[in-house]
Amino acid sequence: MATLQLHDLVKRFGDTEVIKGVDLDVEDREFVVFVGPSGCGKSTLMRMIAGLESASEGDILIDGQRMNDVGPADRGLAMVFQSYALYPHMSVADNMGFSMRLAGVPKAERRAKVLEAARILQLEPLLERKPKALSGGQRQRVAIGRAIVRNPGIFLFDEPLSNLDAALRVQMRIELARLHEELDATMIYVTHDQIEAMTMADKIVVLHDGVVEQVGSPMALYHHPRNRFVAGFIGSPTMNFFAVEVAGLDAEGVRVTLPGGGQCVVPVDGSRVQQAATLELGIRPEHLRLDDAGPLGGTIQVLERLGGQTSLYIETDGGLVTLMADGDVAYRVHDPVRFGFDASRAHLFDAEGLACESLKAHPLASLTRQDNRVSPQAAP
Amino acid sequence: MSMSRQPMASRHALPVKQLLLTLLAWSVAFVIFFPILWMVLTGFKTETAAIADPSFIFSPTLESYQAVQARSGYARFAINSVAVAFGSTLLALLIAIPSAYAMAFLPTKRTKGTLLWMLSTKMLPPVGVLVPIYLIFRDVGLLDTRTGLILVYTLMNLPIVVWMLYTFFKDMPKDILEAGRMDGASTFQEVWYLLLPLTLPGIASTGLLSVILSWNEAFWSLNLTSSKAAPLTAYIASFSSPEGLFWAKLSAASTMAIAPILILGWMTQKQMVRGLTFGAVK
Repeated sequence: MATLQLHDLVKRFGDTEVIKGVDLDVEDREFVVFVGPSGCGKSTLMRMIAGLESASEGDILIDGQRMNDVGPADRGLAMVFQSYALYPHMSVADNMGFSMRLAGVPKAERRAKVLEAARILQLEPLLERKPKALSGGQRQRVAIGRAIVRNPGIFLFDEPLSNLDAALRVQMRIELARLHEELDATMIYVTHDQIEAMTMADKIVVLHDGVVEQVGSPMALYHHPRNRFVAGFIGSPTMNFFAVEVAGLDAEGVRVTLPGGGQCVVPVDGSRVQQAATLELGIRPEHLRLDDAGPLGGTIQVLERLGGQTSLYIETDGGLVTLMADGDVAYRVHDPVRFGFDASRAHLFDAEGLACESLKAHPLASLTRQDNRVSPQAAP
Repeated sequence: MSMSRQPMASRHALPVKQLLLTLLAWSVAFVIFFPILWMVLTGFKTETAAIADPSFIFSPTLESYQAVQARSGYARFAINSVAVAFGSTLLALLIAIPSAYAMAFLPTKRTKGTLLWMLSTKMLPPVGVLVPIYLIFRDVGLLDTRTGLILVYTLMNLPIVVWMLYTFFKDMPKDILEAGRMDGASTFQEVWYLLLPLTLPGIASTGLLSVILSWNEAFWSLNLTSSKAAPLTAYIASFSSPEGLFWAKLSAASTMAIAPILILGWMTQKQMVRGLTFGAVK
């Protein structure tokens, strides 16, 4: 069980700065997910925590101890690699027991620990097999087993599910969440898949270009994205953005003019906003609703029926807009539609892409995965 | 090679073309093999038959082998060859494995240049350094010693051995070594428990190549040894002497000299081919 702090962490490869001063606090037993597009530095950041890359500047503290100059094996961590990185010439049992063999642990004790990990992961019948005789999901579990036997304070997962097929991915996701509960360990998890991030994290760290864009609970990121990047990255399908003009400011929020001339009041803090400035309004596809009297309109370009829901891609004056509607809407391609939204669901972003703060916090924004477990009905 | 590039379907569609290609391949193989065949045949001829008009028809005799055996002990030379070839290979691998590890897994911007520079030393004709090496060997007492020959062969093969190991190591997934490091492996344990077992085919074929190159080396063995440490190449050369050139005996001696390495090569050819084409056909 361990905590982790990163202080102003910087990583340079030659002249290229890939991590540009990251500060982060990870609490004991927290499940933290680093998420971001490829090349954002999330894997590098994890490798720095693991000790596989050195830090160019800044401090890495585990349980308050500075770890910059401590070797990977002595940081009390275990890592699960994207490729699993199993030792192909060793059996499952030897793979899991390798760290103990190196540490000179007696054979009987090694065996007992391997069996214990195998029990947790349901790998007992496979212990004598070589990795090549295992399926992808089994290899994944062996890689996790190898981490478990080290009894680490912090588990590091580097995109562990990206090599699995969709069905297995869902299953492993559930299994990892279960494991987190059973092992009661701090876990740091890197992924580019925001669904994995949303479903598993206590805390999501959104990275972009080597900078932390926002840290928060999944619901905080969803309901109160700090900037346009986070707003666009979290949520699927991605948020719609329109250019709007500020028409007025008052205690209710910011009154803006929508493309097509309609107006609405977005309940956000307008203190940084100037009259007549052009802002960007963001609204999620699931918060748009079909409405014949709505302020926005366009023509349906593509229509995707998923059964329970239908995605409408609507060509408007302000660009292509995605709208999630009921599964049984009767529209067809090329039909004209009108739609609107509840202004309290909208977000406003200034010219720098920073969000105007909501006047009222969303009731779920402070919800964590822990709360989900303890009392599901506590959420209003 | 040209055969294997033919698409599978053509095997049925164009039997004539396939047949011609097969014939061509066999002919090329025969041409390459012919000198060795001729040497073996000549070894079973009498000296008179050996210098007569070339012919495949003759009554085979072991006369030359007996004469060769009577003149000087084959075994002594063979032992030297084995000691020198395997000794130098072992030494070369001992030096090359750490070097190739560093180059493959901890490269700097000068690694590529270093590799090319190492290989460039193979472009220098050995005779260019004969005099300095001879003088150094004389002064430190390495002339006509196995140690001296092992040293020279090691240096001679080192560039190729490092280069080959480097390419094998580069094919090794880095993750596996990093997983080892996370598991607490020191650099030595990483190499011993993970890198070596996983690149064994490559190391074996590199070693074999080094053994073969050392076994067949004649320039240095002729110049740096005389009797005590002389390997089989010197033994063969001794049959071309001022007393005359004895083709049949020379061939018999050569056949005996290449026999061990030929058998070794035969037994390990699968390994060799796999090793030499490793990264290429993965």
